[in-house]
Amino acid sequence: MKRAAFNHRLLPVALLVPQIAIIAIFFYWPAWTAIQSSFYLEDPFGFGSTFVGTDNYTRLFASSEYLKVAQFTILFTVIITVFALGAALLLAVKADKVLRGARTYRTLLMWVYAIAPPVAGFIGVMLFDQNIGPMTDLFNWLGHDYRLGLNYMDTAFAMTITSIWIQIPVNFIFFLSGLQSIPQSVKEAAMIDNASPTRRFWETTFPLLAPTAFFLLIINITYALFDTFGVIDTIVYGNPASNPMTLVYKVFVDGFRGNDIGGSSAQSVVLMLLVLGLTIFQFRMLERRIHYT
Amino acid sequence: MATVRLSNISKTYPNGAKAVHPTSFDIADGELIVLVGPSGCGKSTLLRMVAGLEDITTGELSIGERIVNTLDPAERDIAMVFQNYALYPHMTVGKNMAYGLKNRGIDKATIAAKVDTAAQMLNLTEYLDRRPSQLSGGQRQRVAMGRAIVRDPALFLFDEPLSNLDAKLRNQMRIEIRALQRRLNTTAMYVTHDQVEAMTMADRIVVLNGGQVEQIGTPSEIYRAPASTFVASFMGAPPMNLIPAHYNGNGTVAVGSLSLPIARPADHKGEVVLGIRPEDATIGGTTPFKLDLIEELGANRLLHGTIDGNAFTVNAPNDDQPLATDLTLSLPNDTLHLFHGESGVRL
Repeated sequence: MKRAAFNHRLLPVALLVPQIAIIAIFFYWPAWTAIQSSFYLEDPFGFGSTFVGTDNYTRLFASSEYLKVAQFTILFTVIITVFALGAALLLAVKADKVLRGARTYRTLLMWVYAIAPPVAGFIGVMLFDQNIGPMTDLFNWLGHDYRLGLNYMDTAFAMTITSIWIQIPVNFIFFLSGLQSIPQSVKEAAMIDNASPTRRFWETTFPLLAPTAFFLLIINITYALFDTFGVIDTIVYGNPASNPMTLVYKVFVDGFRGNDIGGSSAQSVVLMLLVLGLTIFQFRMLERRIHYT
Repeated sequence: MATVRLSNISKTYPNGAKAVHPTSFDIADGELIVLVGPSGCGKSTLLRMVAGLEDITTGELSIGERIVNTLDPAERDIAMVFQNYALYPHMTVGKNMAYGLKNRGIDKATIAAKVDTAAQMLNLTEYLDRRPSQLSGGQRQRVAMGRAIVRDPALFLFDEPLSNLDAKLRNQMRIEIRALQRRLNTTAMYVTHDQVEAMTMADRIVVLNGGQVEQIGTPSEIYRAPASTFVASFMGAPPMNLIPAHYNGNGTVAVGSLSLPIARPADHKGEVVLGIRPEDATIGGTTPFKLDLIEELGANRLLHGTIDGNAFTVNAPNDDQPLATDLTLSLPNDTLHLFHGESGVRL
């Protein structure tokens, strides 16, 4: 660690102030407010609040609806993480091997990354549109009456596919740069040591990608949990009640549509703990086991 | 152990660049052959073609009894030591060495025994459970050697294995590699750009320049009778002095106003290049030498100066005597080399 020396006592403090101010105003303050209001029952019209202790929490965990959403969120996260990582890894490995026209090929695969996520989400939603969506046509042709926004499974499917699709380019870029940072000579040494390309990949290439893969794992879990909000909102905006949603979207629906500030705050506190757990997991459990240098 | 035969091996890249012109030579069983040349001379490409990491454009390559042109690197029965070691960073030293054997379906007990023997040979026993990142450069180099040794291959391939080490370690590893190769009596092909490494390690040297073989021979053949001005200037430190001269066929060469007798008659008349090794010239004689600079080397000193305006270096024993700027040299005529003035080929 490099140590910087300051002549003036106040200078380092002054330099830190903007950063601390941003964290305090946009992170600690709302977090504290959320924790506080999770112990109150707020009047829907904002006329007052009553301290109710842990009522909001007990109500939350007793609610079958909340547990159903939690269940969907876990499944949704696992599926998105697995498929977004898997597809991106496959594409990256293939792109890494392309010799002719490699630049064009890679650029085309990365292009999607340049599209703003809400636009990408909107394009995804259009694919599943009831009237003009080619995916809807495809399902109809296969004999399934596809109904986005009405059928729970159909909606969940569109949400999942769109979310995966948006996330693939990011994963692809990281995997590709990870693959390209593996020394050529190590790959060549493996070619001499092992005749099977598949086993070579899993035994020598993949372990060297592990730091990248682990980083992406965390990024993708976070993405599926939090950043899919836009996609979900685009799909279920008109009718959230009977449709699948994630915990984060439920915080929004309960708080801003249902005006249940207390319950919604309790939900965000639960999410905060989840993020905390995820962070600890990232720093403690895996990071030290997969870095080699 | 095997004989390796390269017949008319050449490499042309898809963009039309010719990296290696058709090259043929044999490597005898147990022989260590060194490919040496400046960067871009095609030495590494040639080695990589033998390894199977690079396609062979034309020609036939055989290792032992088999023609291996179309075989994968893993099927050629070779082991390679890379310049940057190319160890698997996620595996321990022991696993690095065992990996190639494991993939060839050898049972665990045999692998363990082989790894142990190799580790002892290379003083790596106490490091077997460490990761490469916890080792020093020299130790990593040893692990790379160990990985090659345990395989007991028909052919060792070395791609500038000592380039990443510091000078002292390089000298030590040079001797170790040579001793190990003698002991195991495995055929080996060694690529380097360092002519000292080539001279000290090789049974035979292949000097390459611009994708073409300039000369193949034992270190002393290459030193005594370089086949071209390129070889003459590349092999030997300090390099041979090369002076443009005129040969008139009557037993003397003319360097400017000077005339030197030469024992060897040559058919060629006209422009030539006269070559004299710095260590063959001695102080005191008839050739005037203007001294510009002295480099002290301890036992010897290098005298840099000019003969009739041409740069000339003398490697003289260091007698600690002060030297005047105007000296005379004796250039024994049996140590003079003559090369063709245009093609640079030895006459």
